[in-house]
Amino acid sequence: MPVGVEEPKRRRRGPRARAGGPRYPGWLSLPAVSWYALFFVGPLAIMAAYSFAQTVGFTGVAFTWNLDNYRSLWDPLYGAIFTRTLWLSLIGTGLCLAIGFPFAYYIARYSTRKTLMLMLVIVPFWTSFLIRTYSWLIILDPGFVLMRALRAIGIGHGGTILFTEKAIYVGVAYNYLPLMILPVYGALERMDWSLVDAAYDLGDGPLRAFRRVTLPLVLPGVVAGSLLVFIPLTGEYLIPVILGGDKTMFTGQLIAQQFLEARDWPFGSAIAMVVIGALTAALLVYVRAAGKQEQYG
Amino acid sequence: MGKRILRAHAWLVYVFLYAPILVVVVLAFNRGRQVLVWEGFSLKWFGTALRDPTLTEPLRNSLMIAGGNAAIACVLGTLLALALPHMRPWLRVPIDALAYMTLVTPEIVFGISALIFFVQVGSWFGVTSPLGLWTVLVAHVVFNASVVALVVRARFVGMGTQLEEASFDLGAGPVATFRQVTLPQLAPAVLAGGLLAFTFSFDDFITSFFVAGAGTTTLPLRIFASLRFGVSPAINAMAAMILALTLTAVVVAYAVLRRTGSGRSTVIPGV
Repeated sequence: MPVGVEEPKRRRRGPRARAGGPRYPGWLSLPAVSWYALFFVGPLAIMAAYSFAQTVGFTGVAFTWNLDNYRSLWDPLYGAIFTRTLWLSLIGTGLCLAIGFPFAYYIARYSTRKTLMLMLVIVPFWTSFLIRTYSWLIILDPGFVLMRALRAIGIGHGGTILFTEKAIYVGVAYNYLPLMILPVYGALERMDWSLVDAAYDLGDGPLRAFRRVTLPLVLPGVVAGSLLVFIPLTGEYLIPVILGGDKTMFTGQLIAQQFLEARDWPFGSAIAMVVIGALTAALLVYVRAAGKQEQYG
Repeated sequence: MGKRILRAHAWLVYVFLYAPILVVVVLAFNRGRQVLVWEGFSLKWFGTALRDPTLTEPLRNSLMIAGGNAAIACVLGTLLALALPHMRPWLRVPIDALAYMTLVTPEIVFGISALIFFVQVGSWFGVTSPLGLWTVLVAHVVFNASVVALVVRARFVGMGTQLEEASFDLGAGPVATFRQVTLPQLAPAVLAGGLLAFTFSFDDFITSFFVAGAGTTTLPLRIFASLRFGVSPAINAMAAMILALTLTAVVVAYAVLRRTGSGRSTVIPGV
């Protein structure tokens, strides 16, 4: 019997508890959970095992269970790549915040057609990442209208930004912006703006009111948005390859290289493990901070 | 004053978001052979793209993978969404976390781990080249089942239980209630989730890049390969068609969700 009946007893309705409705049995989750276990947890586990193995010959792998791959990561060459990736993720997150926050603020506070304006942000996000990225190949081309116009008014004097780190940052801000806007907007939408008015009445200036009232209240949204941008950026591959001309190496390319060219899968796995480890640590810090936030209301 | 600056900023953001898409679409109608020089309106590159077997075969592959992926993800995701709300926390929380992890793990990490997995498991079973269409399909379902589960669950939790209770009161059994009451109410969310899953898979690059193997090409892989020689008008035409297809899917999904008043969450954009 797939569905049981719960006795019609009135209970408080939490967002999850569908009290009173039919109870769907837990085993309905089995197909999805098995799929996750087999094709998500399984691969990650094998990758973890690979990170302790060594390549033998051209394609063979011997499970030697030592830390050699991790030890070889202690090389200034890789250290530079990791540092650069960290900066990419941090600056990219900062860019999205700088562009996205005022935008979300405007929609949440002043816009009269909030859902439409928000949908217009979401829709491009669901289109092809690849196409959205390569479109900047055209726009940033020195021969295209934009660059010619910029040169005409004296900006960029002949220099090109395509295939430089600047182009990478343009692509990052462009592709990741919606991930920042949505959670920030979510937090701003729940804001009680009369609190800001109260701060004004009590003598705060706009900046002070923002810092003392608005910012603390929307901080969870800002942190959530920052994580949504920061996490995938640590493994970003397409943007540096397409817009950076594959000249500046980041962690994503380093991992891909081990699988596509060097064919050192164990070493590539070790790099990926480091990425996962760093992200898990960052997430744990966030979860603890968020837990505290909840405690204090 | 501040409000006007903010409004101007908002408009600039929209220009920033849409100008690149617009540029690709407009240039797809360019008659000339050169991408950057406008030589008049023409539809010829669409014909060129659709007659080019090195583009149409990847297109067929992508459609097949995205379609199969959406179908499987709908079943897995919907069942998961039905089961989760009543599970005990010690079971629900880890499963929830797992579903979210499939969405937030950097795709390149998942891509290479799936590659290792397929090759390694293949070698245990004596299969030398296990990669192909089906490995892409299997890998895509992992994160798309989570997408469907999120969308359906928001609807499931948000729709309340009155109708289901009424159905019980009127003597319908659990299975009949599911078929006649719950499923019809959930259908829009399942459809929307399926459309998003289709889009997600159709546009996916990173995962496919690693698990497709040498002999299989999806449309994003084919476009990426051609970028090495620069953007071409035929690629722009194909890109414009992809954009039209996925934008339609997303807008339909969105409209369906809004019309039926499904719950919202900002966990993943648009869901």
